[in-house]
Amino acid sequence: MISFSDVSKRYPGGQESLTEVTFTLEPGEFAFVAGRSGAGKSTLLKLIPAIERPSSGTVLVNGQNVGALRRAALPYLRRNLGLVFQDQKLLYDRSVFDNVALPLAFSDHSPREAARRARAALDKVGLLGRERANPVQLSGGEQQRLAIARAVVNRPATLVADEPTANLDAESARAILQIFFAFNQVGVTVLIATHDEALLEGCARRVLRLAGGRLLS
Amino acid sequence: MRTWLRHHWQALALALSKLLAHKPATLLNAIVIGVALALPASGYTLLANLLGVTQRFAPQPQLSLFLRLETTRPELDAVRARLRADARIAAVRFVSRDQALKGLRATEGLADVAAALGQNPLPDAYVVRAHDLAPDALDALASDLRKIPGVAHVQLDSAWARRLAAIAATGRIATGLLAALLAVGLIAVTFNTIRLQILTHAEEIEVSRLIGATDGYIARPFYYLGLLQGVAGGLVALAILWLAIAVLNLGVQDLADSYGSAFRLAFLGAGDACAMIGFAGLLGWLGAYLSVSKHLRQIS
Ligand SMILES: Nc1ncnc2c1ncn2[C@@H]1O[C@H](COP(=O)(O)OP(=O)(O)OP(=O)(O)O)[C@@H](O)[C@H]1O
Ligand SMILES: [Mg+2]
Repeated sequence: MISFSDVSKRYPGGQESLTEVTFTLEPGEFAFVAGRSGAGKSTLLKLIPAIERPSSGTVLVNGQNVGALRRAALPYLRRNLGLVFQDQKLLYDRSVFDNVALPLAFSDHSPREAARRARAALDKVGLLGRERANPVQLSGGEQQRLAIARAVVNRPATLVADEPTANLDAESARAILQIFFAFNQVGVTVLIATHDEALLEGCARRVLRLAGGRLLS
Repeated sequence: MRTWLRHHWQALALALSKLLAHKPATLLNAIVIGVALALPASGYTLLANLLGVTQRFAPQPQLSLFLRLETTRPELDAVRARLRADARIAAVRFVSRDQALKGLRATEGLADVAAALGQNPLPDAYVVRAHDLAPDALDALASDLRKIPGVAHVQLDSAWARRLAAIAATGRIATGLLAALLAVGLIAVTFNTIRLQILTHAEEIEVSRLIGATDGYIARPFYYLGLLQGVAGGLVALAILWLAIAVLNLGVQDLADSYGSAFRLAFLGAGDACAMIGFAGLLGWLGAYLSVSKHLRQIS
């Protein structure tokens, strides 16, 4: 469960990027965070894995006040979340396989089990067979899918994805969305930020709409 | 436990692969560290050799036991038996009072004095050589010998031994200072190498952190990198030292042959060599530790 109550965020020396945001995402729920560029979508998402900390208010993730977590506790919070970043953050000097297997390296899996899970994750996003490739050899959509595979390889209960369909044609975007629907179907909580209104139209899901850092009701 | 071992093994393997992936840089670093380490190591080795030589050729510190004038033959034998039985004593030589007087007469300028004496005033004496030539051990032995009945006076010539010990101590301090100075240099070299490595891997470190790597996990390969670099430097230092001694021995051979000696400079003992590599590894690890502590925080 993810729960924001009266959360505001002001970056050092900047305007307030989020103002008094309050909402709750139940386990197994699927929701979008929508809004124009600069509305504060990324900021909201970054508060969940405590990449940023709220200036005021509390962010609860599975009952934990993540804004108050000690630095040493952050890795354990993040391992239980599947994160897709707006800029993807792939490692371009590693193979596709190494990118997917990265989160498994610091949890307790034998190399054999890690390889099995990495291939399973690649299979889910349709990239099986490209393990040896370098991420730069993948198309934009394939790189998005690689980022998703890395986010789900640890089988997290919660997926938080920032613009996972950016820069894709409508058809590819929908294909990627299908991947998230499939994970949600087996009980994974999903939160996706997007500025793509067309994407929202087709699917009847909850939308948290941001404008100028405020949540519209 | 198995997970812990695996993580360490992975970190070590990663560090090794990084070293092997940049062979020229690795070699260059190892040489820099090796040369720095070779200096105090040579100092230490030469000092050890020098002490061996001087101890061999220097006048041996001796103990002279002068007996009472009225000492009888059985008493003389009893003293000799005591000396023979003492495990600290390597050799015993008897100088009778007649021999001593003869020696006096034969000494230029003193013959007249000897003639004027009439009666022989000199006592019988034992000249003793000890196994342990350290000044303190000699002092202890001398004070024990003074307690033997019949012994009037014990004279210890330990000035040379004290001088040698002082020279050795000075040499050791100099080598130690040099080693300390270059240890700081080695730490600085590792510190910088690891700093560059951290900067090169900034992106990977950032991503790893974002998806749940602990600082310990991120830091570990860098520690191993420092350790391995130090060990590589230690090995280079040993190679340099070995080469230097081999070259020096060419000259030493001629010199020693002219004295009819088989003397050669000796290489570091196995224990010393291992200690040096261990020390180099430790310094490398320390440099890496300092660098990681400082630079990892700057990447967020
Ligand atoms: N690290 C930062 N430091 C200062 N200001 C920031 C920082 N990150 C974001 N902001 C500001 O916060 C506001 C919201 O940014 P945010 O990235 O959350 O928007 P967004 O909705 O994700 O936009 P986009 O659709 O373009 O990704 C913007 O005005 C931005 O300038
Ligand atoms: Mg954004």
